[in-house]
Amino acid sequence: MEPVFALLTGIFFTVAIYLLLSKMIIRMLLGVAILGNAVNLLLFTSGRILREVPPVIGAGLDVPAGPVANPLPQALILTAIVISFAFFAFLLVLSWRAYGTLKTDNTDEMRVAEPDDATPPPMGY
Amino acid sequence: MASPSTSVDLSAALVLEPVAALDWLVILPVAWCIAIGAILMMIRSKTRLHAPIAIAALCGLAGLDAGLLWHVSQSGPVTMVMGRWLPPFGIAFTVDLTGALFALTASIVAIAAAVAAAGEIDASGRRYGFYPFLMLLMAGVSGAFLTGDIFNLYVWFEVLLISSFGLLVLGSERQQIDGAVKYGFLNLVATTLFLVATGYLYGIFGTLNMADIAAKAPALAGRAPLVTLVALFLFAFAMKAAAFPVNFWLPASYHTPRIVVSALFAGLLTKVGIYALIRTGVMLFPVQRQELGAVMALVAILTMLSGALGALAQADIRRIFGYLVISGIGSMLAGIAIGGADGIGGVIFYALHSMVVMTALYLAAGFAARLGGSVSLHALGGLYTRHGLFAGLSLVLFFSVSGLPPFSGFWPKVMLVKAALDSGAGWLAGALLLTGFLTMIATGRLFLLAYWRPAPAQASPLMPLPWTDLLPLAMLTALSVVIGLFPESLLSLVQAAAQTLIAPSAYLQSVFPAGSAP
Repeated sequence: MEPVFALLTGIFFTVAIYLLLSKMIIRMLLGVAILGNAVNLLLFTSGRILREVPPVIGAGLDVPAGPVANPLPQALILTAIVISFAFFAFLLVLSWRAYGTLKTDNTDEMRVAEPDDATPPPMGY
Repeated sequence: MASPSTSVDLSAALVLEPVAALDWLVILPVAWCIAIGAILMMIRSKTRLHAPIAIAALCGLAGLDAGLLWHVSQSGPVTMVMGRWLPPFGIAFTVDLTGALFALTASIVAIAAAVAAAGEIDASGRRYGFYPFLMLLMAGVSGAFLTGDIFNLYVWFEVLLISSFGLLVLGSERQQIDGAVKYGFLNLVATTLFLVATGYLYGIFGTLNMADIAAKAPALAGRAPLVTLVALFLFAFAMKAAAFPVNFWLPASYHTPRIVVSALFAGLLTKVGIYALIRTGVMLFPVQRQELGAVMALVAILTMLSGALGALAQADIRRIFGYLVISGIGSMLAGIAIGGADGIGGVIFYALHSMVVMTALYLAAGFAARLGGSVSLHALGGLYTRHGLFAGLSLVLFFSVSGLPPFSGFWPKVMLVKAALDSGAGWLAGALLLTGFLTMIATGRLFLLAYWRPAPAQASPLMPLPWTDLLPLAMLTALSVVIGLFPESLLSLVQAAAQTLIAPSAYLQSVFPAGSAP
């Protein structure tokens, strides 16, 4: 099961990095969203995958009867999902605002903070 | 399924005795910041109250951190576990000298920023939540310094990142939005890379507790791809700390927000990256870090020189300081590359000095901008005749950041150069000294043009500035002078801190008291 997931994770990362290398912010945003999911899959796979054995302890038992799925990666992923969703939402609003204010979503043209024609410092007095 | 119930003795996995009163200090700085931030959110329409409450709360935080430092220096690393579950089951907060020192310095810097903000952030900025964001940022920073769990460290990174986003866009000018887009995307990618590394770490070790990892790493050295893992961690944290090839988000964004926010960022955020580098590189994976030592030394030299040269080429004083932040990060990376008690002690000392001095420099830039009406070297001039005391304080800071005696930048530079020479890396020592020289030229030119040069004819009329505006700057400068003149106690503290990191047996002992090792 793990090789399939590893392959899938690899594909997710490839797509995410390809999109993040783009100039258009909207494509970079899609890259961020996919990157978050790629990491979630990676966390899931790193906890070893076991099919259809929920980590539930039966009635009257103190420990599970057999090997069960590892619940920890799922807790980690849950945290990561919440955080990456919040960040995606923030970046989405920020990009929308940037498009409204700067009238472009091309990062090459976003030179307000670092203008192209910045003068060199004065040489002396 | 009626198998007989196996009885489990939970006492092996739980802390059963109540937590000692002093040990609560481990968790209090974080809880305190979050609580005060929440209270400030509740009274967000009463903007007049924000500044006094936040300043008092941050003074309280400094008190808590000072108490924690005292406690740790008395009794060694202290651990507190959540929900009484012992590691590796529960999440642990473990504080050693390094964490306590960083947390205390961060709280002092935050007090200065909060005092400076009282005069600079207007009612609408407060209404948009400057002070709650500040408290949450401090919660994130303190949490990152005090936690003993890698995944927890990731969560605190995210807490401080989201509050820094909030602070960065406060005011929403065009420049700020442009800077925030670059800061946001690159820092998010950096934290995601950190999460990737954490995933692999969990896959290899099956645990996320730092003490547990430090204990298990030597046994796995030959059997698991640990060098790859450490390289991934180093890359993620180097991006956070703004090391050479991945540092261009810093000069693109640090000069855009309100000057207090820049000061806070310059003082705290990159140092969290350095702290994480020390934690993973020195305490968890010392062998693998040494294997990557040549790469790190190269990165360190390029970071130092590109920072110092970049500072020489700028005309905006805030951008000059942005590049000086980068060159300081290079010096710290050099120390991490060297390793050893001297090198690591030098890094910790440099980081503490850099927190204080970089914040003070940005506050000075804000003061200069209000005094001279501009942030550009083309338009500034005559600051010395306008405000002699301020010019004197700035000169002290310029000396300090260049590593000249008798100020706080001198001692860590000496420690790092000595460590480099002792380990036979003379070229690294040369690069450190060259960077100090270039920094001196950059700040000297800044002083010449902005302070000594006669004011331009069309200079703005002099506005009266209340003395309280100079107070935080004077406080941080005084701290730099005191550290420079009386370094003994801090020197012995950072050396002890470096020893605990290099030989973390006390740290392990604190997380796994005898008999409870997994």
